[in-house]
Order: sequence, then C-alpha cells, then structure tokens
Amino acid sequence: MTPDGAKLAGRLVALAIGGVVVQTTAVSQLPIAGANADLAPLLVMAVGLLCGSLAGGSFGFGVGLFLDVVTMQTLGVSSLVLLAVGYGAGRLREARDPEGSLVPLAAGAIATLTFSIGFALMQFLLGIDAPLSWALLRQILTTLVINALIALPVYALVRRSLLAALPDDPRRRRRRAYTTGGLSPLSRS
Amino acid sequence: MYDKTVRRRRAVLGLLVVCSLILLTAYFGESGGGALHGVQRGTSEVLNPVQEGASRALKPVRDLFGWFGDTLSAKGKVEDLTAERDRLRAELARQENATYQNARLAKLLETQGALELGAYAPKTARVTTASPTVWYATIRIDKGSSDGVRVGQPVINEEALIGRVTAVFRGAAQVTLLTDTKSSVSSRAGARNVFGMVEPVGAGNPNDLLLKFTGPNARLNPGDRVVTRGTVSDTDRYPSLYPPGVPIGVITRIDNEGTDTEEVHLRPYANMRNLDFVRVLTRTREVAG
Repeated sequence: MTPDGAKLAGRLVALAIGGVVVQTTAVSQLPIAGANADLAPLLVMAVGLLCGSLAGGSFGFGVGLFLDVVTMQTLGVSSLVLLAVGYGAGRLREARDPEGSLVPLAAGAIATLTFSIGFALMQFLLGIDAPLSWALLRQILTTLVINALIALPVYALVRRSLLAALPDDPRRRRRRAYTTGGLSPLSRS
Repeated sequence: MYDKTVRRRRAVLGLLVVCSLILLTAYFGESGGGALHGVQRGTSEVLNPVQEGASRALKPVRDLFGWFGDTLSAKGKVEDLTAERDRLRAELARQENATYQNARLAKLLETQGALELGAYAPKTARVTTASPTVWYATIRIDKGSSDGVRVGQPVINEEALIGRVTAVFRGAAQVTLLTDTKSSVSSRAGARNVFGMVEPVGAGNPNDLLLKFTGPNARLNPGDRVVTRGTVSDTDRYPSLYPPGVPIGVITRIDNEGTDTEEVHLRPYANMRNLDFVRVLTRTREVAG
C-alpha cells in the first residue's frame, strides 16, 4: 500500500470509529419529531462520493460491521446493506461524476432510504415479528427528512477530514485547471 | 488496465458480500454463547470505556437539544397538566383517607404491608448508548457484572418498568426495552386485576403497547392502570422476572371491544426515548422476599 493509501485508510478507520461512537452515544439519544438522525448511511454515502466504489463499499462494510458489534445486533446485516450504499454512491461518482452542490443532499436521502428499506427487508427475512405499521413508516420517513437536512454538513465534514489524504483525481485537476484561467489549454494557444 | 481495475473492484465487492452473508448465517445459527457472540461481547467490553467517556463528553450537547425539545413540548403540556393536577388533588384526598384506613387494617391483620422495591437492591445506572435503528429498542448502561447485574434482571426508571437486562459485560449491560419486538411481560390491569401479556404493537412505536390474552370478559376501560403481575409457578421453576405491582402504563383505548380481535392499547408511563438514569433490580424475588 502506498503512503497516500495508508493515510487515507487511517483516516477512514478513524472516521468509521468516530462516526459510530457519536451515533450511539449522542445522535441516537436525540429524538427529533419522534425519530433520530442516522449518521451511518450519510458517512458511507459521503465516502463513496469522494473516494469511489471500492473504498465506499469497503467503508460501508466496515462501518456496518462495527455498528453491529457495538449495538449487539445480528452480525452482517448492517455491513451488507451499507456495503451496497457505499458501492452505489461510489458508482454514481465514477459513472456520472455529478457536480451539483445539492448532490450530497439527494444522495444522502437515497442512501438513507436504501439503508432503511434494506435493513427492514433483512429483518423480515430473518423473521423478526414486527408488523409494518404507520408508526414505523413515519419514523423511517422522519429519519429520511432529518438525514436529508444534515447530509450537506456531514458531506462537507467528511470531505474536509479526507481531502488531504485523497488521491489527486485527474477529473478534478482538469476542472480546476479550466477554472483557474491561466492554466487552461485555450489560454496557452 | 481498466479491465484490471473493474475486475479488482468486482472481486472485492463479491468478497465483502460473501463475508457479510457468512457472518450473518453463522451468527444467526449459533447459540448465545457461540464464537461470534463471544467476539462481539469481547469487542463491546473493550469499547465500553470509550463509549462511556464519549457519552459523558457529549452529554452537554444532548442536554442542549433536550432543552429545546422540552421547551417546545412544555407549552403544549400545560393544559393537560393543569387538568391532571385537579384530578390528582381529588384523588389525593381519597388516597389519604384510604391510606389511613389501610394502615389501621394492616396493623390489625399484621400483614407485611405493600411491596417495596428497596428489597430488590436497586442499582442506579447511567444510560450510555441507545440503538440507532427502530428495529432494536435497546440501551446500554454503565453497570455490569462487577456491580451485581445479571441477565434477566428488571430495569425501571423514575416512572415505571422499562425493560430487562439481556446482555452483561464487566462494566456495562445491555437492556432490552418493553418496546422491543422480543419483549413480553406478564401483567395485571384495572380494578379487577385482569391478567395479560404486555407486548409492543410493532417496531418503532415507543408510545403504544398492547395488552394481549386478556380474555373476552376482561371489561377493561381507558384509564385503567397496568402493572407487573409477578407470577410464581407452582414448582417455583419459572417465576416471573419482574416483582409484582411495578407500574407499566395506562390503557388508552380498546379496539374491537368484546370481540375475538379485541386489542387493548396502553401508553407506557416511562418515556423510552428520554432515558438518562435507570435502576436495575439486582436481587431476585426469592432473596428479596
């Protein structure tokens, strides 16, 4: 592994541990309109958008596994669903490279929805005896709205914490070159 | 080069999916004392101090959010509380009279008096973490096996019963709340002491519980109080985990009354979403009795 890769991996591990600890010790205990924010899908979405599908998927798997261990839940459930969230966010970046400032908001909402539905499906497949009630749907929708609202700051925070360790992306470098005037190939000709 | 990257990406993704499925299958299939459960417990044991420290450090943030929430909800509660105060004043007058009579009768009959939970050696614990998903209604507390906490012990807060201990570590324990889908408590309700089982309506609804198996002629009413039954079996092999008479909640409505599909809904006294300190009853009924 290159020094840059090791640096990025270190920051991702710290981000995963810090995120899960903050989620379980503070965010889960802050009810907003009967529900609470869920940082896990937002963190995984942000890493997927910033680092790509491979890092996003691996980060999702790690965060999910750590979350399952810490909360004494069935091992493998969160990791499987968050793996899909991270991979999906990474593929979005690799295939479309969206640049809009509201992309993290939309991606955060989709990530949360995917995580909620995926987690619910897994629970039903595992045989949890819980009817699909309005209260449950309301909680999922409230979490979705809260997560969409905090997706942008969470994305900015993750980006800030990873930026120094991210490999220099050719597309980003190219965009930067065009927007800094003097470095554009047109101005050189 | 591109093909190699894609192949690598797909290989890692496939490997992680397989890992997840293996973990899931193995964990779901093994007993509570299996290897994966052991690893989970061991990791939790190591992380407990970190979580406890983080919980203390982040308490001011939680309190700040709580203050905003309390201020907003307090305005809406004023009218309800005023009506309840008037009702309680009238009830207090009746209760004082009843207490006086009860004391005399108790002395007369030399009964042991009402059950006091002090006999169950309650241990006060701080809530350190809560489950982030709506599917698991669990919390983690900062008292564990070194404090005498054992699996199955009832947990109360200042209002009522909230659940029972389901996993114990050296300095921490996991509490499964009444609102968890796996929870079930034998109870009695109303003036006629109707027996039933208190179970959650479903996942993600902390303000609504069901009183099941009450029988067709239960004749319960909204406002009736529900407390733990505290059963003992004939052989004493399967006594209830909970002491008798611990408050659980109040009946709010009865759907399809008098039919086979009757559903008795109750609101728990304890606010499961706002737990800060709880008490674990660390002595069993036999010892306490």
